[in-house]
Amino acid sequence: MRVRLTFLFGVLAAAIAQMSLAQDARMQLPTTVEAGSAFSIPSVGNGQATLYIVGLGQVLKRSVKLGETAFFPAGSLISAGHYLVVLAGTSATQNGSFDVVSAHEPANLSFLAKPSRLPVGLHGGITGAVYVFDDYHNLISAPTPVSFELANPSSTVQKQSVVTRNGAAWAVMDSTAHQGIDKFVARVGDVYSTRVVAQVPGDPCGLKMTAQLIGQQVRLVTDPVRDCSGNAVPDGTVVTFTENYNGAQSTVDEPLKNGVAEVELSAHNGAAFSVASGIVMGNQIRWEK
Amino acid sequence: MLKSLLFLATFLAASSCVASAQASVRVEPTNLQGPRSLPEETGRAAIRDYLQSWQSLNAAFEQNRASLLDPAFVGIAKDKLTETIQQQAALGIRTHYTDRAHDIQIVFFSPEGLSIELLDTVNYDVEFIDNNGVKTTQHVSARFLIIVTPAELRWRVRVFQAEPE
Repeated sequence: MRVRLTFLFGVLAAAIAQMSLAQDARMQLPTTVEAGSAFSIPSVGNGQATLYIVGLGQVLKRSVKLGETAFFPAGSLISAGHYLVVLAGTSATQNGSFDVVSAHEPANLSFLAKPSRLPVGLHGGITGAVYVFDDYHNLISAPTPVSFELANPSSTVQKQSVVTRNGAAWAVMDSTAHQGIDKFVARVGDVYSTRVVAQVPGDPCGLKMTAQLIGQQVRLVTDPVRDCSGNAVPDGTVVTFTENYNGAQSTVDEPLKNGVAEVELSAHNGAAFSVASGIVMGNQIRWEK
Repeated sequence: MLKSLLFLATFLAASSCVASAQASVRVEPTNLQGPRSLPEETGRAAIRDYLQSWQSLNAAFEQNRASLLDPAFVGIAKDKLTETIQQQAALGIRTHYTDRAHDIQIVFFSPEGLSIELLDTVNYDVEFIDNNGVKTTQHVSARFLIIVTPAELRWRVRVFQAEPE
């Protein structure tokens, strides 16, 4: 009985000693490590052990000698996230954790600009959103200034400066009064990303035609068709001519050629001619011989 | 406020079917930056699909099969997780991630509607198993930055990154 009790107390004492050793031998871990930077993990004790660093972004395994410091050179851990550290020796296993945070220096921008093509003179028509990443494709969540620039070759540059929140920033721009290819640039320091936005003429504005008698026909010709900002509406845009005479209606669709549309219709005395393009109405002409 | 609560209640009712069986889910009122309002249905779908991604992640890491990530992850997130699974397999390691609780907030809906950013404070357990017999479990509370983007049928996780709380 006495032998049994002695053995039991002995086992208990050994277990307690083991536990206190594990407590004392806690790893000295950094709280955070910047992605890509060097770091070290000291250990205490004697003998060989295996050090594991385990996260969703990376896994490292290394044999270490207890009592020495394990050095990890720059580039060892590059993926931001939470890492579990396990130091497994022959007699005890120690656990810990630390965070790898994104590098401070932006290196990549994910820039989405919409739309790629839109009419001129549209207030708030262009949007851009950017996510800022470091060199290892970690999202940089620290507030970072981003500048957005929309440049049209023939007009002033629109600029906005925005500070990211949780790695994201956005801007809204107006399309300018001039057609052309705009460059939409998002910039963080020396890092930038460019998108192209095509500004095309808007709907025709002030659509006007004139009439001229040609034999038994009336030739209807529009003035050069332009939008409200003075940009030429592209050839191929359909212009609709309508003749109303004696309760009957004739309609002809003609595409713009060289900026104008023309058609010949019957020259009925008292006929009314009108012109339109899409939802835009032009002038009317009443034909009297 | 009422709208947010309604959203929360509706979401929790819906999510009970789709989220991982054990995890409790709390959705904070949306705190959006950006010029575009987020339709409730869109927000619900993004959160539902994100929560499902934890199941894909757990299965992929437990079995060391990166292909199990395919339905839920895309882009940077998928590349990084795939690489980690390959490292695990090469080192003879498996990990088991069990999400216990989520506290989610939608913080950004990009103007063109092609990305949603979420913040999620996740309580989860990581079980680490080495083929040599080393086994340990750790409880973790971490804040995740998540960016989801739309795919054919669902939102997929494009950025999945834990950072210090």
